[in-house]
Amino acid sequence: MLHIKNLHAGIEDKGILKGINLEVNAGEVHAIMGPNGSGKSTLSAVIAGKEEYEVTDGEIFLNGENIEELGPEERAHQGVFLSFQYPVEIPGVSVTNFVKTAINETRKAQGLEDMPASEMLKKIREKAELLEIDRKFLSRSLNEGFSGGEKKRNEIFQMAMLEPKLAILDETDSGLDIDALRIVANGVNKLRSKDNAVIIITHYQRLLDYIEPDFVHVLHDGKIVKSGTKALALELEEKGYDWIKQEATI
Amino acid sequence: MELKDKLLSSFMVFEDRVNDESKNLHGIRNEAIKTFQEKGFPSKKDEDWKYTSLNALLKHDYSISPQQETAIEFKEVKKYFIHDIDTYKIVFIDGKYSSFLSETTHDGIDVCLMSAALSMPKYKIIIDSYYNKAAKADHSLTSLNTAFASEGAYIHIPKNKVVEKPIQIIHFSTGNETSLMLQPRNLIVVDENSHVQIIERHQSLTSNVVLTNSVTEIFANKRAIIDYYKIQNDNQDASLIDNTYISQKQSSHASVHTFSFGGKLVRNNLQFFQKGEHIDSTMKGITIIGDKQHVDHNTLVHHIEPNCESHQDYKGIFADRSTGVFNGKVVVEKEAQKTNAFQANNNILVDDKATINTKPQLEIFADDVKCSHGCTIGQLDKDALFYMRSRGIPKKEAKALLTYAFANNVLESVKINALKSRINKLIAQKLGVNLGFDL
Repeated sequence: MLHIKNLHAGIEDKGILKGINLEVNAGEVHAIMGPNGSGKSTLSAVIAGKEEYEVTDGEIFLNGENIEELGPEERAHQGVFLSFQYPVEIPGVSVTNFVKTAINETRKAQGLEDMPASEMLKKIREKAELLEIDRKFLSRSLNEGFSGGEKKRNEIFQMAMLEPKLAILDETDSGLDIDALRIVANGVNKLRSKDNAVIIITHYQRLLDYIEPDFVHVLHDGKIVKSGTKALALELEEKGYDWIKQEATI
Repeated sequence: MELKDKLLSSFMVFEDRVNDESKNLHGIRNEAIKTFQEKGFPSKKDEDWKYTSLNALLKHDYSISPQQETAIEFKEVKKYFIHDIDTYKIVFIDGKYSSFLSETTHDGIDVCLMSAALSMPKYKIIIDSYYNKAAKADHSLTSLNTAFASEGAYIHIPKNKVVEKPIQIIHFSTGNETSLMLQPRNLIVVDENSHVQIIERHQSLTSNVVLTNSVTEIFANKRAIIDYYKIQNDNQDASLIDNTYISQKQSSHASVHTFSFGGKLVRNNLQFFQKGEHIDSTMKGITIIGDKQHVDHNTLVHHIEPNCESHQDYKGIFADRSTGVFNGKVVVEKEAQKTNAFQANNNILVDDKATINTKPQLEIFADDVKCSHGCTIGQLDKDALFYMRSRGIPKKEAKALLTYAFANNVLESVKINALKSRINKLIAQKLGVNLGFDL
């Protein structure tokens, strides 16, 4: 589904990603871990198409197609979803209106009619229930005055509504208490299927207790320096990142 | 001939022609033309006109008093009315009253014509008490209007009346074969405890050049409530100088919302005078312009007595090479203790070549007051745009949604729902998107 080849990218002449290779297939869950400043968030932003980042070398393929020239919305239309580490507040636009617009713009791009209002309503109700989101919450301005946990839950709610092929969760676990973590993880697990894939970007392994990854990669200084299974995440939790850094410099 | 000279020489002819009985009015007109003769058109040397030049507009050879009457079919202009609710309508075409398009009343309230009010004895008391009493006598453009004013809307709401139907004042212009200069004059008097809602619009129907120099005087007596809405979405051959003066008595509420989306040049001179305690004055605006359009908001709130409030909230979105000006002056007199005066002017420059000049001016002579002001100039938030695009909302729609969101709180205080959804549509149209929902 996602194939990243020798990806180099940076911002304003500063190289951040220095040769990433990654292959994610349908049905898989990948965790990308690493210390602060290793390039985790940059990688997710580059996959989602943030224009401030410049790809200097390498390629990203989505379902066999090079997506370098595609804008963020076109990538979204092809099924990419990025759950933001810091969701943006948009006063004056309600959660419901925002989600409706996102869904219908995506449908429009795919040559479909708007989703009928009754179907939309039913889906909103269903997904809100899944994420234990109160109805009142949906008429509030998007992310405005939301707590950290509410913002993250709202991200996963949008993901559930949009049903992406490839979901990238950027530090979705940060700022979540244990109950919210369970709710969010449950939402993600409900979405998992043999047809879609999830990339979890995280600092800690605690989210991985709830969403079990098939692969774990360690990012350090813009490169994947180690890949393994879930056991690697546990090892990192126990030993920290220093041994990886040392290994990488040898 | 220069426009000023042409106006001065036309004045005598005009004075002979107007048919009203009041000697008083002749005196007012003659005084006014003298003031205009003395002051002339404002230039960039005037502090208040530093960022707005009328020079290009004054070069046209305007017809000053069109003789020809133009008929318009309702279906041609229906879209310019708020037509999905019941309203009174006072409609003018090239400065002349159109009885065919209008719906006036004398049933307990007077919603009719200025020409009738100026000439008929039964309106004399009101005219003598209010006409030209709020308009600033030393203001050159207002004086020009006063000298030539003969037509416009006359609205008098006696005490204890809540007027259920909003009143629409619409000035259409066709200009026939020529450039046209219009001087509409409106007088609105709302007596004690009464409530009225008014929507005003100037609309050119052709690509002929039009310059409108409008004066509106509004009087809110004790506990009166007036909500005034200005829709400025004219085509780009039409320019408007709007001079609105509001005089308020004790415990009255007056609000003016100005939606500036169109026109070549628009200048709004909006002045509130608080002559009593516990008065609330509100002025809000949304400006969304592009191309080489120019919109200038020049506001004044004069706090004269204690315990009053004023609220100003203007949002501007400027694209292409458009320019905006906001000059908001708040004067708090020494006697006006416990004044609460708030002013905000927030702007977004969409393109590199767009300009906004914003200038808050506070003159406070009282010591126990709360006055705040804030101006911001920014761009659409890049992170917010990326966020929205990453959810599948295309760039253009994402920008529009952010713009909506930015302007939204100004719309919240619009009390006529049909008008609110119309403004929503105009904004969507202006931004070139269809979002499929109202905010």
